[in-house]
Amino acid sequence: MEYSPVTPVLETKDITKTFPGTLANNKVSIHLNKGEVLALLGENGAGKTTLMNIIYGLYDADSGEFKLNGQPYKIRNPHDAIAAGIGMVHQHFMLVPVFSVVENIMLGAEVVNGPFLDKSRAREEIMALSDRYGLAVDPDAIVEDLPVGVQQRVEILKALFRDVKILILDEPTAVLTPQETNELFQIMHNLTESGVSIVFITHKLKEVLEIADRIVIMRRGEVVGETDPKQVTEHDLANLMVGRDVNLVVDKETAQPKDIKYEVKDLVVKDLLKGVVVDHVSFQVRAGEVLGIAGVQGNGQTELAEAITGLRKHDGGEVWIDGILMPQANPRALVEHGMAHIPEDRHKHGLILQYPLTDNFVLCSYYKEPYSSHGVRNEKAILDTSNELIKRFDVRTPSAFVQAGDLSGGNQQKVIVARELSREVKVVIANQPTRGLDVGSIEYIHKTLIRLRDEGVAVLVISSELDEIMAITDRIAVMYRGMIVDTVAAASTTREELGLLMAGSKH
Amino acid sequence: MTAAQSTLTVHQLRRPRWMVPAILTVVAIAIAIISYLLNPSVTEAVLGATIRFAVPLILGALCGIYCERAGIVNIGIEGQMLMAAFTAYMTNSWTGSLPLALLVGALTGALLGLFLAYISVALKLNQTIGGTVINILAVGITGFFYQVNTVTKGKFAPIPLGPLADIPLIGPVLFNNPPITYLTFLLVIITQIVFFHTRWGLRTRAVGEHPRAADTLGINVFKTRYVSTMIGGALAGLGGAFLTLEGVGLFERNMTNGRGFIALAVMIFGKWNPIGSMLAALLFGFTNAIQTQLQFMGINVPHQFIGMIPYALTIIVVSGFVGRSRPPAAEGTPYEKE
Repeated sequence: MEYSPVTPVLETKDITKTFPGTLANNKVSIHLNKGEVLALLGENGAGKTTLMNIIYGLYDADSGEFKLNGQPYKIRNPHDAIAAGIGMVHQHFMLVPVFSVVENIMLGAEVVNGPFLDKSRAREEIMALSDRYGLAVDPDAIVEDLPVGVQQRVEILKALFRDVKILILDEPTAVLTPQETNELFQIMHNLTESGVSIVFITHKLKEVLEIADRIVIMRRGEVVGETDPKQVTEHDLANLMVGRDVNLVVDKETAQPKDIKYEVKDLVVKDLLKGVVVDHVSFQVRAGEVLGIAGVQGNGQTELAEAITGLRKHDGGEVWIDGILMPQANPRALVEHGMAHIPEDRHKHGLILQYPLTDNFVLCSYYKEPYSSHGVRNEKAILDTSNELIKRFDVRTPSAFVQAGDLSGGNQQKVIVARELSREVKVVIANQPTRGLDVGSIEYIHKTLIRLRDEGVAVLVISSELDEIMAITDRIAVMYRGMIVDTVAAASTTREELGLLMAGSKH
Repeated sequence: MTAAQSTLTVHQLRRPRWMVPAILTVVAIAIAIISYLLNPSVTEAVLGATIRFAVPLILGALCGIYCERAGIVNIGIEGQMLMAAFTAYMTNSWTGSLPLALLVGALTGALLGLFLAYISVALKLNQTIGGTVINILAVGITGFFYQVNTVTKGKFAPIPLGPLADIPLIGPVLFNNPPITYLTFLLVIITQIVFFHTRWGLRTRAVGEHPRAADTLGINVFKTRYVSTMIGGALAGLGGAFLTLEGVGLFERNMTNGRGFIALAVMIFGKWNPIGSMLAALLFGFTNAIQTQLQFMGINVPHQFIGMIPYALTIIVVSGFVGRSRPPAAEGTPYEKE
């Protein structure tokens, strides 16, 4: 029997791939069984995505073989992969923002009637798939208008539309809210029930234990272990993944709050349509404490962060740093008064991806001594500082001249943290500081924030990850529909209480 | 505000795409009818001139649409038109065959399109420089080889379309034109259908917006860009040939006179959309025709001011009516496979 139940649907044997300077995959052999969810767990840069890109035909492996249903198979480009029933949802979505959902899904596998596109038939087919697997989506919506969670559904539909048997999901939960993640897991469940096999790439331990049937762990380009989720704990997985003993709980002393360092009074922000998105928000952060702002994504946190960091104008209210009233929409003034900002979107607001690390390290201070004198840059001072920061903040990079865009997400975040926190700061505003990062980097960033707190800095953490908020903050303000519904002490609150507040119920 | 609500509001913000062009068209037709009742011969002359001015602009703009929708910025339209005007003219002079001359013109444009595609796709050079090279090359080559005493047997004559040509106003303006003019309007409709209702169009637009996404779906980005840029070049070539085979009937040095650049403005004004660009080109042509007419009528305003009308009107319309238009996202960036 060729298709005996034990034949894996996909097998890779000794896949090796080198990029200039790095061995991304070293003799990687994995297999995927029919109808299972295989979690591929590993830190950023462990080679998970490289392996999947090879399977999907985007990269050529230097050596190694594939088998599909036991038969040797060659995949030279995505076309071959699609033909073999392999679909991939990339971490950065491959959707054309200005196209409608239908156009995006049918692209490359168009439904035609003679020479013309048959959009109504495509729409029917998409709706049928969407009903079958519980992927609710408006087929005529323009993709750029859709929230990320829905865009992801479009990506999954795109794969299903091509009749995939093997679906690769690359860090699918990195951009999702907890609710969206649950919905995604339900969808994955529906898919495996109908015989689709899923490779789930992630570095989130909780999720792996929740959804995976089998776990393969990768580290530095190699498979370092395979386990059954029923027999391991989060802690075991973290240790395997990082290769050393990791502390998942943040060690910290009780906060010693002192004077008020940072104050936001009656802040109002309106959106383009003049709807109020930040509704008379007031809070204070004392030196030596961490205030967390929790809430389901989209309840005004992004706008609040933009307004208080000077990235957008507000429509009322005041921001005070250390007793000084800050001007509106003036990031430089805020920076010069001691604000550090770790932005939500590190690609857009944190780094200039095309610039080398050296320039990124001095983005806030390039115009000042010693980095420049009389308008002329002092390259040596910039390089010295960069090398020192790379060392101190453990940025993994071949040199200080590498473009920021070429680093992994975790290292990019370290560059931002290094730039922001190596200055004299009075207040740190960290918005989703660990989104998309691996365990090792998260541990590092949490420790750094706590260290700053203990040094007497006022720290504000905005995060939609409850675990993070509960682990590192001292007080938690919960935002709902642009308002702060309540502020509770982190030590005495519970997930349930926060969950209720996040849903808007006051007690 | 939940995600669903915000999606809804964005939808409501989008104006229907056809609204502005439709309003402009209705207004234009109303004005034409009123002025025809007041003065038939001037109206006919102005509208006829509008079409003649508009045709090369439409062809140039279609060239821009084919290139830019696939992600290639083409500022060499001017050069493609000029070179094609020249080769078409010389072919006409040597062989006396107008259809052959037209074909040579289109081929000339297509070849220059191939050159631009090679520079942008294979060599991954800066596309603005590629286009500029074409422009400079065209001025130099045509200037060098052109002989002043070249003669031809004539140009394309108008073909009246049976009884349609006898309708007052519309007949002489729309249905009594030489062949390239008819072809141009046909090409507008074909391009509109091709880009928005065929597989090829969907893929080409995807390549211009998000080449990586297209690549992951098995679409050949490089080939698409070559083909689209060459088709565009052929259309610019037709626009050039129009000048020497149908419009002026002669070749003059640098006779395109900026039409290739105005065509780019027309394309942007028309939001990278064939029918939109056609309407924009007609508006441009109309203001040009009006300007000529005003000068005939001896209105006591310095002619430089009258000459500004088309440009001033464009700025007003673009800023006031059209709003921000957005070019294809991947325009001008060479695609690198990983």
